[in-house]
Amino acid sequence: MIEGADIVKAAAFLGAGISMGIGAIGPGVGEGMAAAKACEAIGKNPKEAGLLTRTMLVGQAVSESTGIYSLVIALLLLFVV
Amino acid sequence: MAYDIQTWVSVAAFTGGGMAMGFGAIGAAIGEGYTAASANEAIGRNPGQSGDIFKSMLVGQAIAESASIFALVIALMLLFTKFPSHILSVPVLLGAGLCMGLGAIGSGVGSGFPAGAACTGMSRQPAMSGRLTTNMLIGSAVCQTPAIFSLVVSFILLFTDFSANPVSPTWAAILGAGISSGFGAIGSGLGGGLVAQASCEGISRQPLTVTPVTNVMLLGQAVTQTTAIYALLVSFILMFKSFPATDALAPPMALLAAGICMGIGAIGPAVGEGFAGQGAVAWIARNQEHIADLTRSMLVGQAVAESTGIYSLVIALVLIFVV
Repeated sequence: MIEGADIVKAAAFLGAGISMGIGAIGPGVGEGMAAAKACEAIGKNPKEAGLLTRTMLVGQAVSESTGIYSLVIALLLLFVV
Repeated sequence: MAYDIQTWVSVAAFTGGGMAMGFGAIGAAIGEGYTAASANEAIGRNPGQSGDIFKSMLVGQAIAESASIFALVIALMLLFTKFPSHILSVPVLLGAGLCMGLGAIGSGVGSGFPAGAACTGMSRQPAMSGRLTTNMLIGSAVCQTPAIFSLVVSFILLFTDFSANPVSPTWAAILGAGISSGFGAIGSGLGGGLVAQASCEGISRQPLTVTPVTNVMLLGQAVTQTTAIYALLVSFILMFKSFPATDALAPPMALLAAGICMGIGAIGPAVGEGFAGQGAVAWIARNQEHIADLTRSMLVGQAVAESTGIYSLVIALVLIFVV
């Protein structure tokens, strides 16, 4: 017999998987674009490699944030809700 | 109207076969179209090289086609094989069809990129056509690996006897395994293709940079393949771990969610790593003396892009082993 609590738990698991799965697409693509442009810029102007790497990392960290939100929501769905 | 199990098995086989070939046709067609477009552009620019360019277009298209042929094989198997009348045959057939269909998309599109760049390169630098063909072949071969992972998972699903396992939650584990490898192959195929495209473009621009460009191409492609390997790993765990029988809804949903999470989560990081590799390889060809800086920033960028793929892997493993 399937009870209400069981359905809620099943939905939370499914939600966690969908949240982290779809949420991982955007940051991955965006961070890759940042890295591609950083490589291009280092190729054009190698003297500024340090500055460019720093800028790339800061930009990627910002773009990573939505991936971390997905992770947090997934963990909340798994263990808290 | 009563339906026996054999009816459902047939329904699943035909639906799975349709999905395998339907999804499986998307990627190869786009990739081959891209190759043909580049070949036309290249012949227009340098008609004297039309023989070489035409040949390399056909070879490149043949490689891109292989992903689609895998899908055709699985579709035909699903249509014409007699599968056991067991209720678990239903998720097996749906999972195998979805896995191979989705898994062929990325490799088909990805293999088209290096082939197109090789055609363009031959019109620009006819003396390099031999080396361009080699790089195109190596690059496209790496792009095909995720499709081969999907083929392997489909075959394992079709030829493993699951009838001794409890119906629930095994049905979800089987579907999850197919979804994980299927979606997980999309990004790695595409990403690997972007890196290989940059290498073909680069060596036609700067023929002297063949060795470093090829080495970094392989390194960049290897990183893009990692997420497909995570997806394959999750598929194997779902297929081969034995799960206790349950009447509740939550345990099967956790396994299905693990497959969805790892499969879809593998797409983005792999595409992003492909962009990073593309940028690095293209600029190593133009600025060879700074190969160390460029390789380092490619790897750092790829590592950051990988992080969300790793989060997906962690959530998938928690769904399988913890909750």
